[in-house]
Amino acid sequence: MASTNNIKTMQKLLKLMLDGEALSTEQMGKVLGLTKEELDAQLKELTDKGILLGWRPVINADVQRSKVHAAIELRIAPEREDGYDKLAQRVSKFDEVDSCYLMSGAYDLLLFVKADSLRDVASFVYEKLATIKGVNSTATHFFLKTYKTQGYLVNREVPNDDRLLYSP
Amino acid sequence: MEKNLKRFVASHVLDMPKSGIREFFAIAATMPDAISLGIGEPDFVTPWHIREAAIFALENGKTSYTENLGLRGLRNDIAEYVEKNYSVSYNPADEVMVGVGVSEVMDCVLRALVNPGDKVMYHEPCFVSYGPSIELCHGVAIPVKTRPEDGFAFNIDEVKKAWQPGCKAILINFPTNPTGGIAERSQLQELAKFVKEKDMLVISDEIYSELTYDGQHVSIASIDGMKERCVFLHGFSKAFAMTGFRIGYACAPREIIDAAMKVHQYAIMCAPIVSQEAAREALRNGKRAMLHMREQYQSRRDFIVSRFNDMGLDCHLPKGTFYAFPSVRRFGMTSMEFAKYILNEAKVAVVPGSAFGEDGEGFVRASFSTSYNNLVEAADRMEKAIKKLNV
Repeated sequence: MASTNNIKTMQKLLKLMLDGEALSTEQMGKVLGLTKEELDAQLKELTDKGILLGWRPVINADVQRSKVHAAIELRIAPEREDGYDKLAQRVSKFDEVDSCYLMSGAYDLLLFVKADSLRDVASFVYEKLATIKGVNSTATHFFLKTYKTQGYLVNREVPNDDRLLYSP
Repeated sequence: MEKNLKRFVASHVLDMPKSGIREFFAIAATMPDAISLGIGEPDFVTPWHIREAAIFALENGKTSYTENLGLRGLRNDIAEYVEKNYSVSYNPADEVMVGVGVSEVMDCVLRALVNPGDKVMYHEPCFVSYGPSIELCHGVAIPVKTRPEDGFAFNIDEVKKAWQPGCKAILINFPTNPTGGIAERSQLQELAKFVKEKDMLVISDEIYSELTYDGQHVSIASIDGMKERCVFLHGFSKAFAMTGFRIGYACAPREIIDAAMKVHQYAIMCAPIVSQEAAREALRNGKRAMLHMREQYQSRRDFIVSRFNDMGLDCHLPKGTFYAFPSVRRFGMTSMEFAKYILNEAKVAVVPGSAFGEDGEGFVRASFSTSYNNLVEAADRMEKAIKKLNV
């Protein structure tokens, strides 16, 4: 019974983090009726289970002028027994790679990469990626401008200040 | 300047008291750091796909009048939505009327039905306009009590007690603003039996019906033999966060819609076409956004109600709407005094229950249609202020 409750709390916590507004852990504790220690324990459990992978702020990439973002399509040869996994995991380990997905369609892996300059992205592609055995081809697309990232609009809608303080 | 211009004002309007709440919220408006829990509308902006449909309508030159009853396409969609969600079917050709919010369609319906002196019952505490709307038609408003011990749900005994000869209709609103009370099927069946016995009509404002959190909303219009004696009122403001679009509708037998349409036609002509187009989009594709908002309200409700009870504000769990309605009786203050105290001491604005009729005295309405950030902060501040009272 206790564990059912625990799972319910954990689901609520995840929902709050995903769907709600940005809340401090203290505020989340208040909303869920958990003490700081209980909330920390929940977060630790979520992390231990590999559900919560980490916390990152969502930054407007256009403001981070020192970084260059790109999407790279990779065509790779699947291996006997391991399929695409081994190669995909190997590619994922590079620090430049933010995200890596196995895709259906014209190519196999889609990478989102981040580096300090165009040249750095280029050298990452031709020195690291293209030379891996099993990588058949690459196609690199540089990001020009961000309009929405991870659910956040870059040009945020201005809150409606005309809303009445009281309405019946 | 000539004095006593009031002599030109109709006496039944002159005698009607203005809502005292305006002054109270005028004070709140001067406090920039006050958190308002006084808002009776969604804090969400209308979902983008609905706004986009309105923009598209403008781009396509939809700027004309529509049929008095509303766009035929919208009425078709409404009839379909009502049948699917409320289990009662209306003919979109002559049993559905679209107007400028439920307030306007309700006014049309009342003006179409009420002769001077006719009595109309309504339950209290309730939305501020029911009593005045009846009186503006020269009808007599007969309040029916709902009680906190019933969770402000419907109580047939109170209806029987309040009934008088000459009662023509009863106006109901479940889930209820401001109490969050609902009516179960069995309670509506008792009411249905009673209105048949007394040959009355039911005017049912179901504007909060999508925001029902516990159990399934039941419309009295869906109960056997009630479609003929029922005016079903609904709109888009609450469920789809479309308050500013001002679209509501009435579904009723043809004779009643015909009569209400006469009032609507001469007073308003038709609801704005852009808003009607947006409403179509809401009915066709708005369910996902609506369910998301409902989920948010529900979790905020669970939070604020448990916080209120923890801090000694006795609060029943509202089963619908986005209002908590805690009792302030044990502090020995009127609801207005309590609201003023909380505003000055905690800088949180709640609405005194007395704004919603005599039976609202002893309660305050706190809307949880605001961000978690605001709710967490408001609850902390109120808790401190309540501790100071040492009750």
